[in-house]
Amino acid sequence: MAMLDIRDLHVAFPRGKKDEVEALRGVDLTLEKGERLGVVGESGAGKSMLAFAILNLIAEPGRVSAGRITFHGENLLELSERDIRGIRGNRISMIFQDPMVTLNPVLTIGTQMIETLKAHRRISEAEAHRLCVEKLRLVAIPSAESRMSAYPHELSGGLRQRVVIAIALLTDPELIIADEPTTALDVTIQAEIMALILKLCRENDVALILITHDLGVVAEVTERIMIMYAGKCVEEGPTRTIIETPAHPYTYGLLRALPQNAVRGEKLYQIPGAMPPITALPSGCAYHPRCARATDRCRAEIPALGPEGTACFHPLAPAEAAS
Amino acid sequence: MHILAFLIRRAVQAVIVMFVISLIGFSIQDNLGDPLRELVGQSVSEEERDALRDELGLNDPFFVQYVRFLGNAVQGDLGTSYFFKRPALEVIMDKFPATFELVLGAVFIFVTVSIPAGIYCAIHRDSWFARIIMTGSIIGISIPVFLTAIFMVWLFGVELGWLPAFGRGDTVALPWGWDTGLLTLDGWSHLILPSITLSSIMLPLFIRLIRAEMLETMGTDYVRFARAKGLSTSRVRYVHAFRNTLLPVVTVGGLMIGTLIAYTILTETVFQWPGMGFLFLEAVNRVDTPLIIAYIIVVGLIFVVVNTLVDFVYTLINPMVKLPGAKA
Amino acid sequence: MISWRGVFKRFLSDPVAMAAGLVLLVLVLMAALAPLLAPQNPYDLMQLDIMDSEMPPAWKPGGDERFLLGTDSQGRGVLSTIMYGTGISLLIGLGAVVVQGVLGITIGLLAGYKGGWIDAFLMRLADIQLSLSTLMMAIIALALFNAAFDANTYADYAIIMLIVVIGVAEWPKFARTVRSSVLGEKNKEYVDAARVIGLPARRIMWGHILPNTLTPVLVISTIQVAEAIMIEASLSFLGLGMPTDRPSLGSLIRSGFEFIFSGSWWITFYPAIVLVVLVLALNLLGDWLRDVLNPKLRRGDN
Repeated sequence: MAMLDIRDLHVAFPRGKKDEVEALRGVDLTLEKGERLGVVGESGAGKSMLAFAILNLIAEPGRVSAGRITFHGENLLELSERDIRGIRGNRISMIFQDPMVTLNPVLTIGTQMIETLKAHRRISEAEAHRLCVEKLRLVAIPSAESRMSAYPHELSGGLRQRVVIAIALLTDPELIIADEPTTALDVTIQAEIMALILKLCRENDVALILITHDLGVVAEVTERIMIMYAGKCVEEGPTRTIIETPAHPYTYGLLRALPQNAVRGEKLYQIPGAMPPITALPSGCAYHPRCARATDRCRAEIPALGPEGTACFHPLAPAEAAS
Repeated sequence: MHILAFLIRRAVQAVIVMFVISLIGFSIQDNLGDPLRELVGQSVSEEERDALRDELGLNDPFFVQYVRFLGNAVQGDLGTSYFFKRPALEVIMDKFPATFELVLGAVFIFVTVSIPAGIYCAIHRDSWFARIIMTGSIIGISIPVFLTAIFMVWLFGVELGWLPAFGRGDTVALPWGWDTGLLTLDGWSHLILPSITLSSIMLPLFIRLIRAEMLETMGTDYVRFARAKGLSTSRVRYVHAFRNTLLPVVTVGGLMIGTLIAYTILTETVFQWPGMGFLFLEAVNRVDTPLIIAYIIVVGLIFVVVNTLVDFVYTLINPMVKLPGAKA
Repeated sequence: MISWRGVFKRFLSDPVAMAAGLVLLVLVLMAALAPLLAPQNPYDLMQLDIMDSEMPPAWKPGGDERFLLGTDSQGRGVLSTIMYGTGISLLIGLGAVVVQGVLGITIGLLAGYKGGWIDAFLMRLADIQLSLSTLMMAIIALALFNAAFDANTYADYAIIMLIVVIGVAEWPKFARTVRSSVLGEKNKEYVDAARVIGLPARRIMWGHILPNTLTPVLVISTIQVAEAIMIEASLSFLGLGMPTDRPSLGSLIRSGFEFIFSGSWWITFYPAIVLVVLVLALNLLGDWLRDVLNPKLRRGDN
């Protein structure tokens, strides 16, 4: 049985007094122990929503309106607040996007690390302190001991994110959900941090859900990829397969738009149009207005995610897709 | 070491401010009223008046008189009250304990009520109790302090007769010259209404402020992250969210010091509380110029000192603001 | 610019705003038409009879239907004194806001448009003044004024003094509001266009930028009037404001205060109610204006 199994997840937000609009429109996801999955999509596609839903952290007034999220067989959505707290930061950890706003500016690094440990196990202050320093060293932070009493604003962006990663690892979790962990950092630091995350996950056999809009990063780090568009998953499969022979036109478009895939002398490719907001979705397949292969069927029916891992009525054949 | 540097810098600033205040105060005093009129009767001849003026140094140039004034001030001599015929500073300091205890009572009530109320209104924002508090705040902001005081006096003092409506009650003289009302039951019963009144003015403003700040911090990413770490709800609220709420509250508090002093004058007037504010108004009515000026200077000093304290407290709770002189 | 029709529609659909507006209208009319509407002129000494003093409201035993809300210690009808007094309170409140407004808007425009050290200096001044409480400064200023002049001179100039003192003390609020508006507008295209044509700075500031900063000014004006009225009431209550022969609501409350203990509560009570209602209506209206006049109602910028 898969470690994490998400079935038909729907997340909805109220609109006006009676209506609701869905940010996630039925998403499935499975994850094995130690597996690394990338969730790729544009802003607004619902990737972060997926991450927060797993830990039941959808901000009000949003809510999970349907679906199941099972972790080792237990449905996380049915757990009491107390029980889900036992899982948060303990067996499933999260890394947010911008470490400057993730860490509380008025509390020391040490305080924010030790409190995580103390929330989940009985441990003395001294022992917790020791463990924290150890983890700081693990993420290659120099002068780890003195950093414990430092405040977040005294560290650089890269160091701060390392602290956040260290916090995520403190309780030896089984799964880390990283929501755009490098987007807010300097380009030069991004690669370092990504390499660090990869290394730590491999070494400690920790599963990873990496949420990002950057296909390049995902290719390096993950074993499977899930492509999201307008609140649904449109393609998923092994990383290699998707990168080399994408089946969904959107995935193809994304790959073609990557600078490294550009043809010399030609203009950089861009998918025409823009992703529709969840409040104004077209009928049928949400991608059809931008798709060159769209037919009447696409405009009328919503394609389901098929067994080959694509939600499309006219997927690309492997030969077409190789580029 | 940083603290010392900070204190020295602020002390210098304070001295400059006090200079300015004393200069303004003195030049006003110079032009206000005629000290001679108070000191001697009408039947003194013109030559004798002039001679007296010379003797008192009242014919000296402005600057000389000012320096003399400063010299005296530093030694604690701020002139002599026309009415009390005693050193002005002494008269004012006599009344200091009364005002101090009043403010103490008010601050105590204010802190113990506004913080829980503000936090409650933020956490349970849609509950009926929270709505009542918020509506009460709007109305509270529209009622000037002296009306609240009058209402208190009327309701509890006249109609119900539960609590005394004026004065300070029995006081006990402590060895170092402090007359306190805190050691007698009578003193306490007199303290209740004025303290409640004085604190009630600041309550609506701060409850709204704390609620707004708390709501904002609870929506931040770091609070969300704290929850994602599996921390308990109370730790998230009171350690993570609330600590950040304190910062703007302290800042606003600092801006309200002058207003608090003014409200104290109003409260003391209604309750005939024998404090510095009440003394000041009486001095105004009697045109007791030295006392008026002395009060202004004392209040200026209090204002500067409290402001410095507030700034200091702010740097203590906000690690992002460094004391001047601290290493980068 | 603001879509006034939109604002009016919102007004008609909000019961609180309408109630506040109505109450305000009634009070203003009452004050403006006092000489016509009041049962008597309480300041005409010929009309007063000392035998009429301290009579309770008309519906209570001992009351007289000539004096609906009772009389004070001089035999003046409380209703009449309230009608005249509200007018004075409003006059001072509005006058003070006009002074603050003119001063604050000018300084704010200057600071925002010129920038540089002028801006830094003016804003520092504003900061300092903001940290000094208006009420306290007014108390000190008026106390000194009181001590310097005798009672008669003082009475003549009291209104002007109050308007000036409160007005000058509160300019920073207008200045800051206008300044941030100006900073926002300064970078817009129409300013560059005007400059290119060669309009002098003053023209640009007053003729072009100012109309676009009117919205936030309008919002704080209402609340500032409420604030000014409250400050004036406090000052009058302390005896530092309007004298008893030309009383504002605050002075009326003051003169009635001592009679609470002897049972003539109506002398203080009714003026107090009117004061609270007036300030509350202004505050509610101001709050509503603030909610409504945010940028969402603007119909596009130039």
